[in-house]
Amino acid sequence: METLFPLGIEQYLVGGLLVGAGIAVIYLMTGIVAGVSTTFTSTWSYLFTDPASFFRRDTFVASRLWRLSLVFGLVLGGALYLFVFNDGVATVTTLPVGRLFIGGLLVGIGTRMAAGCPSGHGITGNAMLEKSSLISTITFLTVGIAVALITQTIL
Amino acid sequence: MNVQKHIIILLGGTLFGFGLAYSGAAIPEVVLSFLRLEDLGLAFVIGGALLVTMLTFQFLPRIISTPLLGGSFTRPAKLPISKWNIIGASVFGVGWGLTGLCPGTSFAAIGMGNWPVLAGVGGMFLGALLYGLLRNRGVSGIE
Repeated sequence: METLFPLGIEQYLVGGLLVGAGIAVIYLMTGIVAGVSTTFTSTWSYLFTDPASFFRRDTFVASRLWRLSLVFGLVLGGALYLFVFNDGVATVTTLPVGRLFIGGLLVGIGTRMAAGCPSGHGITGNAMLEKSSLISTITFLTVGIAVALITQTIL
Repeated sequence: MNVQKHIIILLGGTLFGFGLAYSGAAIPEVVLSFLRLEDLGLAFVIGGALLVTMLTFQFLPRIISTPLLGGSFTRPAKLPISKWNIIGASVFGVGWGLTGLCPGTSFAAIGMGNWPVLAGVGGMFLGALLYGLLRNRGVSGIE
């Protein structure tokens, strides 16, 4: 291992500060703490109309519209980079679609079980000094590293 | 919620997504190279974002009493530490380690034209659907 940072750190740090700035602007203007993974549950409340359903809990119904605004913004931000900094050249992964789907399924189930993802627990939860977020973050980092190292050799 | 707030959330989300794209965090291969301990740069994305948000969340409510567009500064529901944090974060970690995908970065990746990631996002919506259906059938979980 020549270096731990073969590509340098500048783009990583600048990007991270911009991510934080986006979340900070939303908090400054609206008071909302912007996590992403709840969107996967709250959006289903548009289809499930039984008031007793898990998807119809107040917290999901009350936030479902702004959560769609947030993820639409995330897509726009990626598109802005595509056209302004990457000359419209798409960055397309070589990972198999089936693996992306299975991985996505586990991400969907796991983030909902833990009530948070790297943005919700890893960034905003830790920034709020929540102990449950610190525990979740340590867990998903450890498991993620283990799985990535193991599958590197067999997949 | 009024239109102004939606516009701010859209713009803030755009900055959030642009930052993920600019940093490389929205590229699954970059995340996998971090998880394989080949390039630890992603730690600076998390660290940079955490620095800004921690200062904002901890000090802003002491400087101004309400958000600029009204309402109040919210905290996410204070969740008790439960076994579900460990179980859920482990299940997430397996999916993350397999693909390098997480919710925020996947939406930014789609904006970058990374169309296969749509399969991952489809999986995420389906996974949340399965979880909600289990909760409807009385399976316990985080409240």
